[in-house]
Amino acid sequence: MTAVIDKPSVREPSRWAAPPRPVWEEEPSRAGVAGKGLVLTLACLGILFPLWIVVVTSLSSRKTIDQAGGLVMVPKGITFIAYKELLSGGQVTRATIISVLITLVGTLFSMAVSVLCAYGLSRTGSLGHRWILMVLLATMFFSAGLIPTYLLVQSLGLMDSYLALILPSAISVFNILVLRGFFMGISQELIDAARIDGAGDFRILWQIVMPLSRAVLAVITLFYAVGYWSAWFNASLYLNDQDMMPLQNVMIQLVQKREAPVGLGQAIRTGQLSGLAVQMAVMVVALLPVAVLSPFVQRHFKKGMLTGAVKG
Amino acid sequence: MSHSTVPRSSAEASTPVKTPEASGGATGSRNRKKKDPGRLSLGLRFRRDRVLLLMTLPAVVLILVFNYLPILGNVVAFQDYDPYVSDNGIVSMLHSPWVGLENFQAIFADSAFWSAVQNTLVLFFLQLVLYFPIPILLALLINSVVRPRVRAFSQAILYLPHFFSWVLVIAVFQQLFGGAGLLSQLLRQHGFDGLDIMTDPSTFKLLVTAQSVWKDAGWGIIVFLAALASVPPDLYEAAAMDGAGRWRRMWHVTLPALRPVVALLLVLRVGDALTVGFEQILLQRDAVGPGAAEVLDTFVWWNGVRNQDFGYAAAAGLIKGVVSLGLVLAANKVAHLMGEQGVYKK
Repeated sequence: MTAVIDKPSVREPSRWAAPPRPVWEEEPSRAGVAGKGLVLTLACLGILFPLWIVVVTSLSSRKTIDQAGGLVMVPKGITFIAYKELLSGGQVTRATIISVLITLVGTLFSMAVSVLCAYGLSRTGSLGHRWILMVLLATMFFSAGLIPTYLLVQSLGLMDSYLALILPSAISVFNILVLRGFFMGISQELIDAARIDGAGDFRILWQIVMPLSRAVLAVITLFYAVGYWSAWFNASLYLNDQDMMPLQNVMIQLVQKREAPVGLGQAIRTGQLSGLAVQMAVMVVALLPVAVLSPFVQRHFKKGMLTGAVKG
Repeated sequence: MSHSTVPRSSAEASTPVKTPEASGGATGSRNRKKKDPGRLSLGLRFRRDRVLLLMTLPAVVLILVFNYLPILGNVVAFQDYDPYVSDNGIVSMLHSPWVGLENFQAIFADSAFWSAVQNTLVLFFLQLVLYFPIPILLALLINSVVRPRVRAFSQAILYLPHFFSWVLVIAVFQQLFGGAGLLSQLLRQHGFDGLDIMTDPSTFKLLVTAQSVWKDAGWGIIVFLAALASVPPDLYEAAAMDGAGRWRRMWHVTLPALRPVVALLLVLRVGDALTVGFEQILLQRDAVGPGAAEVLDTFVWWNGVRNQDFGYAAAAGLIKGVVSLGLVLAANKVAHLMGEQGVYKK
């Protein structure tokens, strides 16, 4: 019942070996195992191969890229020139910093609001919790529409402000429900005990509920952070100043529309800097934080998401 | 449940309301109405729960302002909205003339709108047929892999693209299948003509579906894996004792366990049928052209944001919103009739 500790499984003979089968289960056929392995390998390669090409090309010199006739599959010497040029000030550097800041501030805000709300709704029988839940749930059935939302943001005076990238999409009702479901699973005796000892609700949330919910907090934080990091549409809608654009919007310009980054056009036309390598480097900058962070949270996905989702 | 009979907050210990802990369970019960022993008066419940209510306030305000308030903005669908009256949408709204249902009449007579409807529905069915079964099959495959490391490793890779932005996913596809992409490059090196799949309207819908599969099919397995993990192993053992082989066990034990989840996801998908990947398609709309790439959401965007014809766009959005709401409710109804739970319980 408690979702407290991740116990490492006791028997782990070799880390890659199969655990013993139950006696009633027949041995798998060789062809079956080979077939499964093949499908799984192909699926994984289908995901990794494109990423490999992007990374390798971003690390290739202009000469290697010209020799390969474009994208490079086999690395020949590694150079960080594209990254050096991009991250030594200028358009991409600025956009990366903007994206990092929006992601940090936005995630912190979203988490604070969502955790508070989820805890506030986690005690069945509390006053009005059914009504508030209805108000939140109903939003999953309709959307006000793009144009009315745009007009609202405009009327609130949020145009050309980073608040327009955070506030309208700050909370996801789904995430609140997942958090709430997890909080509801925490033993009531524990919370009552803390209350008898004189702890108020904020203190109970901070010192008891949140430390017991690390798994789900990690997962929801990742969801929010990825949402902010990946967002581009609101920026294209609400920001007019090109210098304020976050990384994804700059990536649209540089990679999809194949424009040269501001200030690097000369170097790309004449020097050893390859336009293609620059494009790939921008993509790597965008995918790196996500690719590095999400596997760490992976082991919590199932537990974090599903404990919450099933309880109404 | 124990906590409905225990006053929630100890902050009231100093107030006339005595908690059972503070005064010994017997006196605490005096504060409750006799008919309904778990029930306190409204005022007492408010005092008890005010901190909880305060905690929900920021989220409730955000939801009311950004999800409910804009519903009122749909009145521009009945206006000849003039965005140049003022920088403030509300002022413009008050000064724009009412035109009744003119916007809707114009939309129903607009062939571009019907083309967008058609593209939306074709994409929805393509995704239903080509995309929907893939996570189920992948989950069955992963579930049959018993080596924990192999399982965790392949899951980590399969989940990864879900966390990439659409901008990135489309950029990756462009590097593979675009005019200057890897496929064209290899074809040219072997004496063929290059091929630009990214701008080809005739294959665009398949391309969009393939992008969705690449990005999200791996992530989709997570919910099926959870359903599979919840099947009691005894069922498999009992089936095996009765002589059921591998495939019969899958048919009679595994697949029935997936049924409620599949039904739920189908209901969700059908309810959301008119939403077929707005950001993804918007990013590629210019390259492919509206003929093949315009869906309802991009139709609204084009007319409103690009052409500044807000009344017209809002009317199209309103049509989509109302039809979608109907679809969600209908899909749930069907789920209930089939004996499944649907999105909400009855």
